[in-house]
Amino acid sequence: MTSLTLIRRIAARPSIVFEALTTPDGTASWWGPDDGPVLVAEIDVRVGGSFRVRFRMLDGSEHESSGEYTELVKPTRLAMTWRWTHGGDPAEAGGASLVEIDLRPIDTGTELTFTHSRLQTEASRDSHERGWSGALGKLARHFSNDRA
Amino acid sequence: MSIGELARPFAIKLPTVMKHLDVLGTAGLITRSKTGRTVAVRLAPEPMKDAMDWLRGYERFWSARLDRLATYAEAEEAKAGSIKTFEGTP
Repeated sequence: MTSLTLIRRIAARPSIVFEALTTPDGTASWWGPDDGPVLVAEIDVRVGGSFRVRFRMLDGSEHESSGEYTELVKPTRLAMTWRWTHGGDPAEAGGASLVEIDLRPIDTGTELTFTHSRLQTEASRDSHERGWSGALGKLARHFSNDRA
Repeated sequence: MSIGELARPFAIKLPTVMKHLDVLGTAGLITRSKTGRTVAVRLAPEPMKDAMDWLRGYERFWSARLDRLATYAEAEEAKAGSIKTFEGTP
C-alpha cells in the first residue's frame, strides 16, 4: 500500500490546530487554493459523521472530496476516510483512502504528523489513472505556482 | 541481466525468483527478452517514475494545505493571546 507522511511544526497549541481542522470556518480557510473559492464545507465532526468539501480552481474546474470521520480524539488525533467525488466524474472517483492526523504538543506549539495511506496502488490505478493524473496534475501545477 | 545472474545472490529457488519476476512484469516494472536459451531482464523505470510523480502530486497537494492550515492556526493562536512569539514554520 502506498502512503505519504508529512510533518509540520505549527506555532499554535494543539487545541487550536484541532479546531482549525474540525470547524467549518477553519476548514474553509485552509482547504481551498488561494485564488479559488471553497464552495462547500460541510462537516459533521463525530465518529461516523461525514464531511464534504468542494472548491473551484482558477481554470474553472470544480473538485470535491468527501469521507467519514473514523477517529476523533480531541485535541490529539483525527482519522477519516477520503475519496475524490469531483462533480460525479466516475473516472476520478477512486476507492477510499485514509487520512490520519496526529497532534503532539511541543515547546513551540504543535507537531502535526499527517499520513495519507491506502492510496490507489498499481492494480487499481490502471483503471483510474487518467482521471487521477488529470486532476492531480491540475492541482500540482496550481500549487507548485502557489509555493514558488 | 539474465535470470540466472539475477537469482544468484539470493537464497531462494529459481521458481520463486520467476514468481517475483512475474509480479514485476505484470506491474510493468521489468521487461524480458529471450535470446536463444537466455532470458534477459531489464528494469523499466518509467512506470516507477509515473508512480513517484503521482505520489509527489499528492505531496504537493497536502503540503500546500498544511502550510495554509499552519498560517490559519497561528493567526488563531495570536488572537487567543499566546504569550509566546514564534518564527515562521518550514
